[in-house]
Amino acid sequence: MFAYANPKRFLDVSGPIVPWLATASAVSLGVGLYLGFTAPPDYQQGDTVRIMFIHVPAAWTAMMAYALMALSAAIGLINRHPLADVAAKTAAPLGALFTALALITGSLWGKPMWGAWWVWDARLTSFLLLLFLYLGYIALWNAIEDETRAARATAILAIVGAVNLPIIEFSVEWWSTLHQGESILRKGGPLIASVFLWPLAAMALGYTLLFFTLWIVRIRTEILNRRLRALQMGAA
Amino acid sequence: MTSFVSLLSRDMRLAFRAGGGAMLALAFFASVAALVPLGIGPDLRLLARIAGGVLWIATVLAGLLSLDRLFQADYEDGSLDLIALSPMPLEAASFAKIAAHWLTTGLPLTLLSPVLALMYGMPARGFAPLIASLLIGTPAVSAIGAVGASLTLSIRRGGLILPLIVLPLLAPAVIFGAGAVIGALDNLPNGALPLLAAFSFAALLLSPFAAAAAVRLNIGS
Repeated sequence: MFAYANPKRFLDVSGPIVPWLATASAVSLGVGLYLGFTAPPDYQQGDTVRIMFIHVPAAWTAMMAYALMALSAAIGLINRHPLADVAAKTAAPLGALFTALALITGSLWGKPMWGAWWVWDARLTSFLLLLFLYLGYIALWNAIEDETRAARATAILAIVGAVNLPIIEFSVEWWSTLHQGESILRKGGPLIASVFLWPLAAMALGYTLLFFTLWIVRIRTEILNRRLRALQMGAA
Repeated sequence: MTSFVSLLSRDMRLAFRAGGGAMLALAFFASVAALVPLGIGPDLRLLARIAGGVLWIATVLAGLLSLDRLFQADYEDGSLDLIALSPMPLEAASFAKIAAHWLTTGLPLTLLSPVLALMYGMPARGFAPLIASLLIGTPAVSAIGAVGASLTLSIRRGGLILPLIVLPLLAPAVIFGAGAVIGALDNLPNGALPLLAAFSFAALLLSPFAAAAAVRLNIGS
């Protein structure tokens, strides 16, 4: 893995991969959407069950993004590797975006299902806190001018957040069951039927590939931007 | 050990003297608690029910307000460099500063809270859990706040970012703290206090290391 961690080599290797990743992502999102729209309506939730295909994978991707961000940040902090810093920095806005997407689609799903745009359900609340963690991380990156210093400070924050995230999850779970124990609605049906499983799997694959495509593109852009800045500084 | 104690007592003296702001945090705490009934109406039954939650939120906000003086003043006048150069490990210095912050903010807030709970008309059975939860939970506010304060040390307007960083991390403290009070009001035993103690203990144990690392990177170069 570290063999490809050289920014130059990363640019060389990742360049040809991007179109393939983008195509694979588009294809599996297309297949997922097609299967999602042709799947029969759920016997309880009707057509609104289709929101699941864009909602659940967004939530999965948002959590995966935080794990990858914290991992990259830790590698950057321990090995002092600039590419890992760039990877962590560029993963954050993507993660925030997928978190926001999960919250918005969840809200759209909540209106017909729960009768309210927002329910203080454990999962919704912990995702809202996850969004704030992302925003704090991005704000800290933007506030510190010196790049290496910003990378280390945000890495500490990402690690503290990664340690705390399971505790937040647990406490929010505890909190919402303390107040009133509803919200089991989503866990409703015993086992998810295969007509719903396939589009969900295709969409999950598509979202993951989309995340990696965007991530690599963002890392490449950031490397090129830094190189450009270095050249400008040299010319000035 | 002597340097630890002297740093602790120095920070406490600074907090209580002019411009230290320990008393201001208390006043802020009381005014937030006074503002809530103005916003939601004087219904004592409702106020009695939400007293624990409101006081916990006011505590966290008052703790946040006083965080910027934790490292910031020492960073600006250069004494943080001297503390970092001293033979005492920076982790121990961070712990001393967290302890000083708790003794000048968390502890006074805890002592003031029964008075405010009384004004909210909280039933007698809620008092012991409220005081216990604040006593156990406020060290976590100081400890996690110290991480945020040290991370935002070199930022000019760090006070604006600090809440965004610290508040989500403090969610468990608020949940367990207020949950302990609500549980007692409902006569339902719940494990909130032990969970809060575990959270607080872990925060106190780990935060000095994160804060010291953040201080190091901010004063280095």
